[in-house]
Amino acid sequence: MKSSVITFPGSNCDRDMDVALKKFGFKNKMVWHADTELPKSDLVVLPGGFSYGDYLRCGSMASKSKIMKSVINFANSGGMVMGICNGFQILVETGLVPGVLLRNKYLEFICKNVFVKINDKQNKYFKNVSSEVLEFHIAHNEGNYFCTDNQLKEIEDNNQIAIKYCDENGKIEDEFNPNGSIKNIAGIFNREKNVLGMMPHPERMIDKCLSGDDGSLFFKNLINNLK
Amino acid sequence: MKISVIITLKKDVLDPQGKVIHQTLDGMGFDDVNEVRQGKYFEIDTKETDNDKAKTKVEEMCKKLLANLVIENYKIIDPK
Amino acid sequence: MIVNEQVAVDHGLKKDEYAKICELLKRTPNITELGIFSAMWNEHCSYKSSKLHLKKLPTKGKKVIQGPGENAGVIDIEDNDAIVFKIESHNHPSFIEPYQGAATGVGGIMRDVFTMGARPIANLNSIHFGSPQHKKTKNLLRGVVHGIGGYGNCMGVPTIAGQTSFDSSYNGNILVNAMTLGLVKKNKIFYSKAAGLNKPVIYVGSKTGRDGIHGASMASASFDEKIEEKKPTVQVGDPFTEKLLLEACLELMAGDSIIAIQDMGAAGLTSSSIEMASKGDLGIEINLNKVPCRETKMTPYEIMLSESQERMLIVLENGKEEQAKKIFDKWNLDFAVIGKTTKSKKIELYFDEEKVVDIPVNTLVENSPMYDRKWKKAKLPKKNKIKKEDIKHLKIIDVLKKILANPNICSKEWIWQQYDHTVMGDTIQKPGGDAGVVRVHGTDKAIAASVDSSAVYCWAHPLTGGKQVVCESFRNLISVGSKPIAITNCLNFGSPENEENMGEFVECVQGIGEASDYLKFPVVSGNVSFYNQTKEEGIKPTPAIGGVGLIKDYKKMITMEFKEVDNLVLVIGKTEGHIDQSLFARTILDEKNGPPPEVNLFNEKNNGETLLKLIDNNLIKSAHDVSLGGIITAVAKMCIKGEKGINIKKPKYLINEIEYFFAEDQSRYIIEINKKDFKKVADILNKNAVHYDELGTITENELYINDKTKVTIDELSTSNKSWLNNYMGK
Repeated sequence: MKSSVITFPGSNCDRDMDVALKKFGFKNKMVWHADTELPKSDLVVLPGGFSYGDYLRCGSMASKSKIMKSVINFANSGGMVMGICNGFQILVETGLVPGVLLRNKYLEFICKNVFVKINDKQNKYFKNVSSEVLEFHIAHNEGNYFCTDNQLKEIEDNNQIAIKYCDENGKIEDEFNPNGSIKNIAGIFNREKNVLGMMPHPERMIDKCLSGDDGSLFFKNLINNLK
Repeated sequence: MKISVIITLKKDVLDPQGKVIHQTLDGMGFDDVNEVRQGKYFEIDTKETDNDKAKTKVEEMCKKLLANLVIENYKIIDPK
Repeated sequence: MIVNEQVAVDHGLKKDEYAKICELLKRTPNITELGIFSAMWNEHCSYKSSKLHLKKLPTKGKKVIQGPGENAGVIDIEDNDAIVFKIESHNHPSFIEPYQGAATGVGGIMRDVFTMGARPIANLNSIHFGSPQHKKTKNLLRGVVHGIGGYGNCMGVPTIAGQTSFDSSYNGNILVNAMTLGLVKKNKIFYSKAAGLNKPVIYVGSKTGRDGIHGASMASASFDEKIEEKKPTVQVGDPFTEKLLLEACLELMAGDSIIAIQDMGAAGLTSSSIEMASKGDLGIEINLNKVPCRETKMTPYEIMLSESQERMLIVLENGKEEQAKKIFDKWNLDFAVIGKTTKSKKIELYFDEEKVVDIPVNTLVENSPMYDRKWKKAKLPKKNKIKKEDIKHLKIIDVLKKILANPNICSKEWIWQQYDHTVMGDTIQKPGGDAGVVRVHGTDKAIAASVDSSAVYCWAHPLTGGKQVVCESFRNLISVGSKPIAITNCLNFGSPENEENMGEFVECVQGIGEASDYLKFPVVSGNVSFYNQTKEEGIKPTPAIGGVGLIKDYKKMITMEFKEVDNLVLVIGKTEGHIDQSLFARTILDEKNGPPPEVNLFNEKNNGETLLKLIDNNLIKSAHDVSLGGIITAVAKMCIKGEKGINIKKPKYLINEIEYFFAEDQSRYIIEINKKDFKKVADILNKNAVHYDELGTITENELYINDKTKVTIDELSTSNKSWLNNYMGK
């Protein structure tokens, strides 16, 4: 399986994503934001970080970079595009997934482990994941997902919510919502579910000695689904 | 009464955000921009009815909280 | 502007210093030259009050590749890998504008590290605030934490450990010390020594603005009533540009075109160009019209003294300019050839085709003033006798809860959760332990780092305090299973012109030197920050020590949380019951006098090295050093983190319970071992003449003392975790 990770100026989880993808068998290429063509890929990843310093609005300027035209075309023709953290913010700014990401409720950057419940398995990202609840890791300042009531209805009707913040038993309550997201949303799909944006970083959870190992579950499953 | 305040970075203070926005605009083809400076805008709805008193109070708010006079200037927009 | 003695004094120079400048130049300097002298000769750049004493610190060792004198120190961690690290203060700017002050402090220290070719792999910080009740403290704390996070998070470098304290002596002068570690290949280390004639001098990074003009002079002036006037000198940090600068520099460094490189920190273009010339025994010629400027009509004086951030100066090989420019263009950074190296051994600056500065480099560096300031030796205070009736009524659990909730002991999760501590995917020990640990990417090795200071001990007796901080750093590194290699120090003191403050400095440095010499734990980099005071009142002497250690196999790393029920808990090292200057004495008995605990370097080394042997033999399940709050506090923290309880039996000692549990004697650790390993462990301890006590057994979820007093771990955890959250209103 071939993957591409886009490096924007200010991306800082691009290497971590490269390490994770390779660990689980992807042939990964790093792609520079100023390039215009995507290499042939089965998966394109927009990594975390602070593209353009998160200035103006997170992800806003990266969404205008040259490579994004190709990424948008790729997504619109059914290609798998995954945005993690800042990558999610970029996806939102391109309109590939609905909604916006506001500042965290307590106005503070949060770096910690969280649990997320998989809301939908009828997609290539989470199909066959052996567990309903995964322990992931978040590190962000603007992860407070927001959308209009109409959008929310549409998202829910189409089962576009990918994962929700919960406790270790999968209970979805306000107290397990780290940033104030509507409906505890931690990640969403586009309508066709080939584009996934999520705040948690599975690439930081690929070894027991790190924050945990549930990211390994995610990536192993993902590459199998793509085969 | 509603009073508006605009906070801008002082002239000689670096504005990293404005700089990057400028570069991005340039890249998008808006290449006739000389400079971009980013600021903040506040609308303060106050119970005070006297124009001058309200302005004085807002000025105090600017000095004590809204603006950091180390790096920022404030401008109160006359409610009239 | 006409330069005279008054103008020189306004620049922070002393009258005799001004006379010396005129004598060295054999003329009156112009205003730009005076600015340059004032920047180079102030305390911050010249170390004029501290040099004499810093020379005595041990700076060499088998593992030391580069000691003090470069942008940062470098140590060997084998396999052609090296670690570059340094700590630096940004105290005064952080008090004036906490967010930007702290942010640019973090940015500055990271630049020091990647200037040497190393990719930063970890950040740490030591931050000190006034009393929690003081009206400014909360906002300063919030601003500083946001600033450190804002810069470090954006750079994508994990913040893995730190230290936060509160003390009323910092009410008017907080401390913000930032430390960075970087990883570099031993054969790709870059230095600031220029070499060769007619080599192009290149300016890269951000443009020069009027930021922080005279910031270095500000750092050397104590705060007074006129503080408002000094405000415009605060710089604004741009972490995004620094991230680009980091990537661009590392890309250029992969080739072989750089002769020398130096970041523009304090005193900007002035100190960077002069340092490069001085180390290379060369001259430098710069055309100031070529310097990329952000503002119009900047004068030579402003250009030379600007402290705009995110800039570097490079001496390049001839003919490599185009290739280098391409890299900086790619990263959208300024790149300009602004001058060349010369044989004149002078710094010669041109502006509008006129020569505006002409100063021999040695007058600025070698001839800078050096003072043997008067200092007062501190007496060792008399020991206090604890009166039985003062402690008779105290209940251990109540005292323990109070201590766990003390601002200087309580959980700092509110702070470190705002720092990205997991980016780069190698953090294997997060903040909240004895030291932060990151793997050396792609290898089995890991690096441990911690930052420590004990201002109260240093204040009570500087010599002992200085030794103690180094020992504490040594212990923290050993507790996670790493072999301590070297330290960096950030020496925060009051005015060197005050005999008592100067005495504190001299004796702390002596203590640091003695301990680091004995423990073979040399000082490889550091920074001095004097004039930390408001009016006549100085801060408590606060040398901060950043220690770095190596773990050869990261799977052998030790953490502090208790692991398994029924395991045994031992105390390594002897408890004499030293209560003076302990947290217990100061907060429970309200007794502020007396000597700090004695430091016995032999025990320190022997106990630590023996524990490393135990760790190496896979006999240790968890470990934690005993420091503030004594044995019971250390044990309680291990319980809280491991969500386990303990059944404690106080050993039959002559001293009473309170003294046993709360004393802050040095050289002690708490360890957890498997019962079946007890004999092996005891043998090794006995063979090495290390004293130990059997303290108790791990249980499910309660802390018992002598089978009678008990408390749930949840309750202790609440005491420990609520204070800071409540204080910050979360």
